Amino acid sequence: MSGKVVLHYFDGRGKMESIRWLLATAGVEFEEVFLTKREHYDKLLNDGALMFQQVPLVEIDGMQLVQTKAILNYIAGKYNLYGKDLKERALIDMYSEGTLDLMELILLLAIAPPEDKQKQLSNIEQKAKERFMPVFEKGLANSDFLVGNQLSRADVHLLEATLMLQELFPTILSTFPKIQAFQERMKALPRISKFLQPGSARKSPPDENLMKTVKEVFSHLFK
Amino acid sequence: MSGKVVLHYFDGRGKMESIRWLLATAGVEFEEVIITKREHYVKLLNDGALMFQQVPLVEIDGMQLVQTKAILNYIAGKYNLYGKDLKERALIDMYSEGTLDLMDLIMLYYFFSEDKQKRLSDIEQKAKERFMPVFEKGLANSDFLVGNQLSRADVHLLEATLMLQELFPTILSTFPKIQAFQERMKALPKISKFLQPGSARKPPCDEVYVKTVKEVFSHLFK
Repeated sequence: MSGKVVLHYFDGRGKMESIRWLLATAGVEFEEVFLTKREHYDKLLNDGALMFQQVPLVEIDGMQLVQTKAILNYIAGKYNLYGKDLKERALIDMYSEGTLDLMELILLLAIAPPEDKQKQLSNIEQKAKERFMPVFEKGLANSDFLVGNQLSRADVHLLEATLMLQELFPTILSTFPKIQAFQERMKALPRISKFLQPGSARKSPPDENLMKTVKEVFSHLFK
Repeated sequence: MSGKVVLHYFDGRGKMESIRWLLATAGVEFEEVIITKREHYVKLLNDGALMFQQVPLVEIDGMQLVQTKAILNYIAGKYNLYGKDLKERALIDMYSEGTLDLMDLIMLYYFFSEDKQKRLSDIEQKAKERFMPVFEKGLANSDFLVGNQLSRADVHLLEATLMLQELFPTILSTFPKIQAFQERMKALPKISKFLQPGSARKPPCDEVYVKTVKEVFSHLFK
């Protein structure tokens, strides 16, 4: 018996969004408990639910999983989004780690001081165009998917990341035709199409309200 | 045919040290190509060996693996240091990710010269309040962290606690289970060998290391 899958996090993307994407692609239904006040966080702490005092927390299959990578690895492994053997998994991990690094840069923009924002934006744009997108353009040169001719977590992370990039830089994929075609194919997959529709669990880009909530809940970190 | 395992990195710990520990524990012999000049890095780039222009790079089983976690996951999976099923792997991943986070903080402390005292205090506090209690509890009734057998989580923990003791010699004094764990781990033959002088184990980061990294990656340190 699997039981419910429950996500504990803020009402925003942050580190949880990649997990939402992967669960949605795997067709796994989940509930969300949003952290809106410090008391919510303290309760999780006092319940012993947060191994390292951090969220994301995902309750799944009788476990209280923390650490984003641990959670993503488990979901990918359980729902056959991790390739067919160790070597495919290594290639998927390489692509995934790079993509997650890029998404982390975008996440950090939300907490950057205003005077640093432009510099960080330029850094993201440059890295995306020079370090990351060429790798995926090449990886998709002769294949619909990044690894092993089948859908894996690497493809899901890439779709998520490229959509986030387009929110910041609308024409950034103009010189990457293979990635554009990849996006169209992925967006047409039924579960992904559903996740992209209004009313799904997908969260919006961070705004002032979210950052205010995060700073209040984690007030001890933002002294 | 497996072929040689070759590591490409600086002559120091950095992100490669956890990989050296895991390979040594698994009994896998490896060679190292030490990057000392920017030309070495540029050659790797031009050869197309670095997927995201970054090291560590590990050549293993016909692959050119980059991304520390991808490399560690592969070694752990291949050499049976990743538990017996998905759920054990999840628990191992939780412990491992936390430990690797802590080691990242230590690496950044050594590398950057700003705010050294603040970084050091932060590491000590996090180690004592956030990390060590978790492992003390995890080892309460068991010789290993997960599944009653050696896994990568145990190797990362040994590595991290030794690094902590280099900075704070008495930090484990209130964690008897971790102390006993260290003694057991250090007695394992492959680990004992890795801890002896002349092994592939690298010393803590020093001025020469930082200088070399900054020269090789000069485009990042303008």
